[in-house]
Amino acid sequence: MSALNIKKGATSHSAYDLRDPHSEAVESHTLAVIVENEPGVLARVIGLFSARGYNIDSLTVAEVDHTGHRSRITIVTSGTPAVIDQVEAQLGRMVSVYDVHDLTAEGPCVQRELALFKVAGKGEHRIEALRLAEIFRAHVVDSTLESFVFEMTGTPEKIDSFAELMRPLGLRELARTGVAALSRGV
Amino acid sequence: MTKAMTGARMVVQALKDQGVDVVFGYPGGAVLPIYDEIFQQNDIRHVLVRHEQGAIHMAEGYARSTGKVGVALVTSGPGATNAVTGLTDALLDSIPIVVLSGQVPTFMIGTDGFQEADTVGITRPCTKHNWLVKDTARLSEVIHQAFHVAKSGRPGPVLVDIPKDVQFATAEYTPAPKARVDHYQPRVKGDIEAITRMVEMLETAERPLFYTGGGVINSGVAASQLLREFVEATGFPITSTLMGLGAYPASGDKWIGMLGMHGLYEANLAMHDCDLMLNIGARFDDRITGRIADFSPRSKKVHVDIDPSSINKVIRVDLGIVGDVGHVLEDALRIWKARGRKVNKDGLAKWWKQINEWRAVKCLSYKPSDKTIKPQYALERLEALTKGMDRYITTEVGQHQMWAAQFLGFDAPNRWMTSGGLGTMGYGLPASIGVQIAHPDALVINVAGEASWLMNMQEMGTAMQFRAPVKQFILNNERLGMVRQWQELLHGERYSSSWSESLPDFVKLAEAFGCKGIKCADPKDLDDAILEMLRYDGPVIFDCLVEKHENCFPMIPSGKPHNEMLLGNAETQGVIKAAGAVLV
Ligand SMILES: Cc1cc2nc3c(=O)[nH]c(=O)nc-3n(C[C@H](O)[C@H](O)[C@H](O)COP(=O)(O)OP(=O)(O)OC[C@H]3O[C@@H](n4cnc5c(N)ncnc54)[C@H](O)[C@@H]3O)c2cc1C
Ligand SMILES: Cc1ncc(C[n+]2csc(CCOP(=O)(O)OP(=O)(O)O)c2C)c(N)n1
Repeated sequence: MSALNIKKGATSHSAYDLRDPHSEAVESHTLAVIVENEPGVLARVIGLFSARGYNIDSLTVAEVDHTGHRSRITIVTSGTPAVIDQVEAQLGRMVSVYDVHDLTAEGPCVQRELALFKVAGKGEHRIEALRLAEIFRAHVVDSTLESFVFEMTGTPEKIDSFAELMRPLGLRELARTGVAALSRGV
Repeated sequence: MTKAMTGARMVVQALKDQGVDVVFGYPGGAVLPIYDEIFQQNDIRHVLVRHEQGAIHMAEGYARSTGKVGVALVTSGPGATNAVTGLTDALLDSIPIVVLSGQVPTFMIGTDGFQEADTVGITRPCTKHNWLVKDTARLSEVIHQAFHVAKSGRPGPVLVDIPKDVQFATAEYTPAPKARVDHYQPRVKGDIEAITRMVEMLETAERPLFYTGGGVINSGVAASQLLREFVEATGFPITSTLMGLGAYPASGDKWIGMLGMHGLYEANLAMHDCDLMLNIGARFDDRITGRIADFSPRSKKVHVDIDPSSINKVIRVDLGIVGDVGHVLEDALRIWKARGRKVNKDGLAKWWKQINEWRAVKCLSYKPSDKTIKPQYALERLEALTKGMDRYITTEVGQHQMWAAQFLGFDAPNRWMTSGGLGTMGYGLPASIGVQIAHPDALVINVAGEASWLMNMQEMGTAMQFRAPVKQFILNNERLGMVRQWQELLHGERYSSSWSESLPDFVKLAEAFGCKGIKCADPKDLDDAILEMLRYDGPVIFDCLVEKHENCFPMIPSGKPHNEMLLGNAETQGVIKAAGAVLV
């Protein structure tokens, strides 16, 4: 008997069938978790990750349906395929969780993060920072004679690279929202 | 028509509507309004415990022996923190209980008020779900939801934290049928395609094995019935975890005994050598698997479990079926019958021949003695003298627990209550009281070690007050026996703090509580002493002085595969290597 192609239970969106279950390679996955918007729900989700030793690389949460009391938590986590499956199953069985989507496994998705960069400097550095900001389509949302605050929306990678460029030009502070993500198409 | 009432009255009303007949609890400032309501009615009985941990274990014993939800009531702060061990115990063993706790009034929350503790914060990781109710209008609905969550899907403990002002305020009562529960509806029907694959696999398997667990008990009596039918019809051998004992009768001829670290030789070797493992409601616990890399290397594995996260958590299986044991077995039986009731007869005959060879090893044999009572002998006699009685057994944790599992036979589900996952010393005595309260006329025996028993011995007061004639059968080896055994095998016989020093005189202790004490040290007197215990109409503390250095075998040393189990005292020195020693 070869490995049976049976879907793994309630996690009907799992792409487990398509992956090598024994792979030890660590993958990054973006999960969308739809939860009841009640006190303590975020503590439950975070508590699950810390209690079971899963990674949280990024986490965002906000109410998305006021009348239905639903919030959407977007979590970027990393682990072997077996761990990712466990994360999904462990989230899925929580009483406050309505639905878990593994956006990475379900198909192409768009991922965006918003970041604010405070860059201080004078002369050449200041001009260079502004020039790079334009290339990266970052907006100036605050400026003094000695500083800028840039706002940028993009993939986490884009934000990482902009931050790297700003560092030698006087990056003082960086604030990031974490990733929000949606699958492409309908 | 809905009715307005105070939060405290709502609590009692909601419990009545949920069919609750008994609550185990302990009062305090933050639950006084609820106690006042309890005082003014007669439908719900309140059992006053002596320590809140006792209340939770009683609720567990009640729940496990009835299949119903157990209920406990505790006050804020220390009342709630005392409940934490019991909640964790119930979480690990999937026992449905509802715990209601009092809390400081909402306007004082966060001020470090008197007896304030962050109860929902503290119990979040040790409950299946919990709620802090800040609005009386929500209270009755939340309590109904709590019962629903506790018993649906994989059962577990839940907690509802109720501030005192919420108990005093008035609001409309929400009757049970109106409570919103649609948001939590775990899947019970298994995927038919997957069940058909399972049937195909079992039709051809040469060395099939049912590996069953607590999930069968959780699923209910009907599931045990279906399991029996399936086993009889296929003729497959069946083993079970500690938590699943009784689902298939120990007297059945397909029964090959408990498996695992202290399981039977034949059961563990069958696990190791089978070619098809049918895991029905068990969770591949580390007491079962031993070294993962060597776990049943040549088998195809099927796992039926209601909790999707149990599947592929520890052992990667070839076929996972998410669903309730009862539902899945019913479908599987139907499909298997419709396809012509096929099994691999030749393969099975050879398989049984092999199993019978393993059985012939008689792995439970021990060196008898006519001078000291061997713990195994004590349990053999207890078994023989209680055979056929309406009997329930609870245990504490340690060697005696394992011997009880090995030497007592269970022919029906819900008759065996033990702390498996958390291994909570102090579980057995209060659990036995919970069982006895649920089954007033039955024989309820707690098989105990003296050290565990002392952990919650204050509950003898509860047994006396509520006339629960529980029998405390203490296998007294004057040692923390299980710890001593590990120290012998792992730590060069350096017995660090594993003596039970300064033990009380258990007979005098019994007298102090007002119940009966019996002491027995001579194997020749044992039968009479046990009969005396059984005849006595009331609680008994039985101090059975047993061999002090007996080890519990068989034993699979930590970090070893199934086929390297130890059968007796020979060659036990140094068998556990450094890598195994770090495991528990
Ligand atoms: C000192 C000590 C020694 C021990 N030694 C052993 C040993 O030698 N052998 C042994 O077996 N155990 C032993 N144990 C117990 C062990 O630690 C575990 O508690 C036990 O093995 C787990 O049993 P289980 O797999 O049946 O799972 P349980 O904890 O009973 O879990 C039940 C499983 O069934 C699922 N389930 C629940 N309801 C349903 C349903 N309606 N339908 C389908 N699935 C459902 C759950 O999701 C879960 O996965 C020992 C414990 C102690 C304290
Ligand atoms: C609350 C708690 N503390 C510690 C342990 C660790 N432990 C497991 S078995 C055991 C010894 C139990 O001794 P006893 O109750 O006399 O039983 P015996 O093993 O001698 O039969 C201990 C200390 C535990 N399981 N629970």
